[in-house]
Amino acid sequence: MSIDVLERPEAVIDDERVFVMLTVAGQTCGVPVASVRDILGEQAITRIPLAPPEIAGSLNLRGRIVTAVDLRRRLNLPPPPEGHKPMSVVAEHGGELYALLVDQVSEVMSLKAEDFESNPPTLEQAWAVFSTGIYRLEDRLLVVLDVPKLLALSGED
Amino acid sequence: MDDLLADFLTETNENLAELDVALVTLERTPNDEATLSFIFRLVHTIKGTCGFLGLPRLERVAHAGENVLGKIRDKALTVTPDIVSQILAALDCVKSIVAHLGAAGTEPAGDDADLIATLNATASGQTAAPESEKNPEPEVAPASALTVTPTAAVQTIRVTVDVLEDLMTLVSELVLTRNQLLQLARSQENAAFSVPLQRLSHITSDLQEGVMKTRMQPIGNAWNKLPRLVRDLSREMNKKIELTMLGADTELDRQVLEFIKDPLTHMVRNSGDHGLETPDERRAAGKPESGRISLNAFHEGGHIIIEIADDGRGLAIDRIKAKALANGLASEAELAVMSDDQIARFIFRAGLSTAAKLTAVSGRGVGMDVVKTNIERIGGTVDLKNKPGHGTTFIIKIPLTLAIVSALIVEAGHERFAIPQLSVVELVRARREADGTTESVIERINGTPFLRLRRRLLPLVSLSGLLQLGVPQTDDDGAYIVVAQVGTNMLGIIVDRVFDTEEIVVKPVTAILRHVTMFSGNTILGDGSVIMILDPNGIARATGIGAGGEAKPAPVAATEKAHSGQKTTMLLFRANGDQKMAVPLGLVARLEDIPRERIELSCGEPVTQYRGKLMPLVPISGNHDLERATQPVLVFADRDRAMGLMVDSIIDVVDDHLAIELGGVRPGMLGTAVIRGEAMDIVDTGYWLTRAATDWFDGAAPAGQDVRQRHVLVVDDNAFFRQLLVPTLGAAGYQVSAAAGAEEALRLRDAGRLFDAIVSDIDMPDMDGLTFCRTVRAGGAWAALPIIAMTARAEPRDIALGRAAGFTDYVTKSRREDLTEALRACLTEPALA
Repeated sequence: MSIDVLERPEAVIDDERVFVMLTVAGQTCGVPVASVRDILGEQAITRIPLAPPEIAGSLNLRGRIVTAVDLRRRLNLPPPPEGHKPMSVVAEHGGELYALLVDQVSEVMSLKAEDFESNPPTLEQAWAVFSTGIYRLEDRLLVVLDVPKLLALSGED
Repeated sequence: MDDLLADFLTETNENLAELDVALVTLERTPNDEATLSFIFRLVHTIKGTCGFLGLPRLERVAHAGENVLGKIRDKALTVTPDIVSQILAALDCVKSIVAHLGAAGTEPAGDDADLIATLNATASGQTAAPESEKNPEPEVAPASALTVTPTAAVQTIRVTVDVLEDLMTLVSELVLTRNQLLQLARSQENAAFSVPLQRLSHITSDLQEGVMKTRMQPIGNAWNKLPRLVRDLSREMNKKIELTMLGADTELDRQVLEFIKDPLTHMVRNSGDHGLETPDERRAAGKPESGRISLNAFHEGGHIIIEIADDGRGLAIDRIKAKALANGLASEAELAVMSDDQIARFIFRAGLSTAAKLTAVSGRGVGMDVVKTNIERIGGTVDLKNKPGHGTTFIIKIPLTLAIVSALIVEAGHERFAIPQLSVVELVRARREADGTTESVIERINGTPFLRLRRRLLPLVSLSGLLQLGVPQTDDDGAYIVVAQVGTNMLGIIVDRVFDTEEIVVKPVTAILRHVTMFSGNTILGDGSVIMILDPNGIARATGIGAGGEAKPAPVAATEKAHSGQKTTMLLFRANGDQKMAVPLGLVARLEDIPRERIELSCGEPVTQYRGKLMPLVPISGNHDLERATQPVLVFADRDRAMGLMVDSIIDVVDDHLAIELGGVRPGMLGTAVIRGEAMDIVDTGYWLTRAATDWFDGAAPAGQDVRQRHVLVVDDNAFFRQLLVPTLGAAGYQVSAAAGAEEALRLRDAGRLFDAIVSDIDMPDMDGLTFCRTVRAGGAWAALPIIAMTARAEPRDIALGRAAGFTDYVTKSRREDLTEALRACLTEPALA
């Protein structure tokens, strides 16, 4: 599917885009499907001492070491309830693989450009920094996550 | 670039490397027809191919060189050092053209008429005759390893290094997957797949070995430039040098080979330049006229040992001593108790070149420290043996390969870590014997753990504490101590459990974790879990071990530089009975012995008349003996006020690196540091000053003009100065925050924290104060803040540099009053534009 998106002419991409939908702390979010390399269920994660708090640890994805970034911590959200099993959205950034830990990954959806709006001014700063805009879905709002920004953790800026 | 040209470049580069060696051989054995025709053939090939590819400039140079060689082959010319030099010059010209071709794809513009004219003149016999008496002495035997074997009958194909690298990565993954499968199979008895799995396992091992072999190259490849180098050196320096190379076919990983190429070249150059004496000096010392440099490479227990030996004059211990003293690397007292070998190791420290005069070749102040850094970067070590008058031998020990290392798997705080086997010396189990002996028992001084190991005190560090794993160290009994070698220092790492050793594939850590220097990489274990690989060098640095030792390892040149300036002069004294304490001498104004009769009481507190004023005296121990004949007092002064701290006796003044173990100490003490090998409390002067008079710092505070408390950020990598400044500035009426480095400070800025002023150190690892200041000034919320530089270096040049970088003011470390003065100046006036 990602290839389809890439090969369509510009004009059409502007009209309709495909997102992986996920939830974090009850909020629906979307990540452009082209930037997603993998979706993983619960994984064994090795803690990394002395790492920034947003880094949950590292995990083994078919022989590659992937750094796990906790989306809740990144967005200043409270930790998930005890016993919750996070899922991961794997994306590449700066030649390395990262796994964004989210509460749930639900489906892949095409969204129309006419439903898109840029960040409303009242959106909380912690969210606005990592959001490129909002889609008005029928029953709820979807925040488009800025994956490169989420993964641009201190140490490289 | 077309394929034809690319192939030509690869081939020519290889040929040129061989030519250098062959020509030096030819110079020694002018009548060796095989070598001569080998050289002729190579030059001829180069000439022929460039004619074909349309490279006229290259062709002309090669042609002129071939002419001379042709004359030699036809016996019209005899080989002399000058002729060889000319041909070498022609080859250098060819090399530079080839290099440009490789980079730009075209021949560089230029004219080689002079060179060609010289070569042509030689070919026609014009200059060769008068030089012929300078033939090399026939008694110099050709070095064994220099014999060129121009047999190219082995069948080879050319494969790019990238392909091999990819293969290596894939095989590494295959090995890991195999290990995982084996682990699974172990838990299932009689599984149908156990037999094929065994076969798979064997094949994988063979494959791994095979691919490893493709990466292996003889160490001679790193050496083939050396004969030429030594030859040029001997002509330039007018020394006679023989180079012998043994074990040139010892194989090692090409990645490792690349790393050691430059250090080796540098060391050989050093040996030739200032290791070996001139022929006259050698004759006078009763040695053969020609000096000898020998290289020897061999395998030893999974490592490669390379020895670089010369039979020269040896290292001048006295000069190293003087230099170490002058550069503040060690004090006279420290040097006095060091062995000659320990002193000799100072040459591995930054900024210590012993060459009496600078030559074009060496003695430029960079050198052995860089060599050591490069070798340590690949997990190797370098040491030396020095025999004054008989020469110096350097011994390099490096791993065979970087890709797969053997590692010890340990557990601390319920997490597993890998420690490279290379740095592990032994394992000790801490236990309390029934007979009460103290061997193998962890002992503590003020909470800092130590172990007696064969009559030496081994500093220990708890891994779970160091990595802040949040699990309190369980009972010492039964804990394991991994004894690790870091440079020349030993360090014990306390872990909870030790598993076995495993072959691991080192993968670099992700970019956002590079600042955590405690890890050298990470890997995937046989059971599929990810594990961090510890870096013993990083651990030693983090704990300050090696900082006080005589031969501190130099992991990174920059860090070394930052720390070498941080020797602190400490005043040692006795108080509280027999306890030893220390205070930075820079903070003490004077030392006084006050006669008992001059100590009076004012409101029940002891005071003395001092320089026409009353000076309060504060006992450092609660109950003070006022019956002594004289009272030793440390006087602290600030502007026109002074206070005296009463102690039992003054011991000494020493220079030492200060590494404070912080936390959990009594008020009035900053913590404990090991000074001259003894644990001592470090006095918190800020605390005692406020004890003497609660209004001590009131004069320094921006009195009454501004009700709001000013907020100052202190940036210093040195924990001691942070600990010193925070209470001092706090007492002066400021709210103080501290950052352990420029990056941490910038993170505070990016997090939106606001301050009224910044006080920053200059010498800091990673990002220094100047860069930090420029970064702050470049933009952001802090761009207009007053920034005060605080440093040990306050030469006019440094101050100018600081001002240029944007610092508002520049004060010397340890002069507290200057700092408070500067802060007050820039906070009461609007910040300087």
